[in-house]
Amino acid sequence: MSEKFDVIVVGAGPAGTSCAYTCAKNGLKVLQIERGEYPGSKNVMGGVLYRKQMEEIIPEFWKEAPLERPVIEQRFWMMDKESSVSFGYKGLEWGKEPYNNFTVLRAPFDQWFAKKGVEQGVLLINETVVLECLTENGKVVGVRTDRPGGDVYADVVVLADGVNSLLAKQLGYHKEFRPDEVALTVMEVINLSKDKINDRFNLEDNQGCTIEIFGDSTKGNLGTAFIYTNKESVNIGVGTTLSSMIKAKLKPYDLLDYLKTHPMVRPLIEGGESAEYLAHLIPEGGYHSVPKVAGDGVLLVGDAAQLVNAIHREGSNMAMASGKMAAETIIEANKRDDFSEASLNQYREKLYQSFIIKDLEKYKDAAHTFEHYPQYFKEYVPMMNRAASKFFTVDGTPKRDKQKEIMKSITSERGTIRVLQDMYRAWKAVK
Amino acid sequence: MSTKTIEEKQYLIRFKADTKSHLTVLDHDICMTKCPDKICTIFCPAEVYKWEGLRMQVGYEGCHECGSCRIGCPYQNIKWEYPKGGHGIVFRLA
Repeated sequence: MSEKFDVIVVGAGPAGTSCAYTCAKNGLKVLQIERGEYPGSKNVMGGVLYRKQMEEIIPEFWKEAPLERPVIEQRFWMMDKESSVSFGYKGLEWGKEPYNNFTVLRAPFDQWFAKKGVEQGVLLINETVVLECLTENGKVVGVRTDRPGGDVYADVVVLADGVNSLLAKQLGYHKEFRPDEVALTVMEVINLSKDKINDRFNLEDNQGCTIEIFGDSTKGNLGTAFIYTNKESVNIGVGTTLSSMIKAKLKPYDLLDYLKTHPMVRPLIEGGESAEYLAHLIPEGGYHSVPKVAGDGVLLVGDAAQLVNAIHREGSNMAMASGKMAAETIIEANKRDDFSEASLNQYREKLYQSFIIKDLEKYKDAAHTFEHYPQYFKEYVPMMNRAASKFFTVDGTPKRDKQKEIMKSITSERGTIRVLQDMYRAWKAVK
Repeated sequence: MSTKTIEEKQYLIRFKADTKSHLTVLDHDICMTKCPDKICTIFCPAEVYKWEGLRMQVGYEGCHECGSCRIGCPYQNIKWEYPKGGHGIVFRLA
């Protein structure tokens, strides 16, 4: 493997494959290196794939990609021990072209996507770990793999090696992440018949539903749980920041079983058969955790660049968009034959002008706020549930008196000033 | 049936274990003398780490390669690498 490539892409997730595909399509000689047995074998996601950013890489992909269901309904539950306040949106326009998003299973999807890259001319090598970037005078010139004689060279190396981002850390682009910058998430795929899914989630064939669950789903810790419907299975998972997990001394799989047996959740998955159990980290540090993304001969994309909007559970779309921006930058750099940091910084500019960094910037204080003020998940969710219960229980009390009682119970519990402070702080964090 | 225990969950997964561990506890004395909580034995999603009274047992064969232990160890006492190419966990579905 001593030949030289235009581009080496490390990793075959959505970010890496978007980049490799786009580069190859534009005539560049691309080597893509994946450490798993096949693309997707190491990759985990709750399961929502967004149409827009995928379509910008492969138009009308929904006609051939292995997708599960188009999501036509998104529900949100503020869950307490034996109750839940919920809201959501269901719209049939999401069930037809051009669609909004889809549930997917990543192992089949990532394999399909990588195959599309290979069809464009990407040389994909599986079962190969990249141990380090090779540098000459501070410029990245290739990678060292765990194969014998496994040094390979290229003009540009794209690091799409995922959340742990070990290669960028070696280059000194970021330090080790703190436990409050990552969320530890576990999930199960539970097989359930199509009819049961349709009945229990009020769906028809080829209609999907997502439920995001806050509050008791994480025992009040900073995090969320989710249930996503596939064709004939549901993905059910839960995660909190690793720091919350440590502080509360939670076993993630115990939390998952707590969720699965919760009276609000159990009827949805009753009788289902577990098919797989998966754990993964999600980069949730947001804006402040994004490392240096471009250097001499190197670019960072997707999770490796910590591009996740945890508030809106967007990640795979940012991975794809960043992979495409990296590819466009490389194509331009190739024309100029200039792969210096100054040249590749075009990628950084694209990224910072796009929805990706704009959205991360919008929520830059959210994780920090909710981590340091646990009352939002621990106290307000149960409070909302008690208020709803009181308000909707018909017991002969006039409604105006009920409203007063509810307001009084909220302010007496935390104090009027503190409630106002909490509201203001939360608004500031997400405005 | 849906799973109830971590053993049942781990049983669902395909692993292609390497003969050599990709996880190394650097200094077992630190676990013993400085770390009363041994928090890795709690938050590891695959129960890879088990305290055996004198040293930490590392069941790397069941590792999900998530990286939590490397980040969460309060003493940065875990050397964390990827398993050899093609080895380790093999997710088949999600």
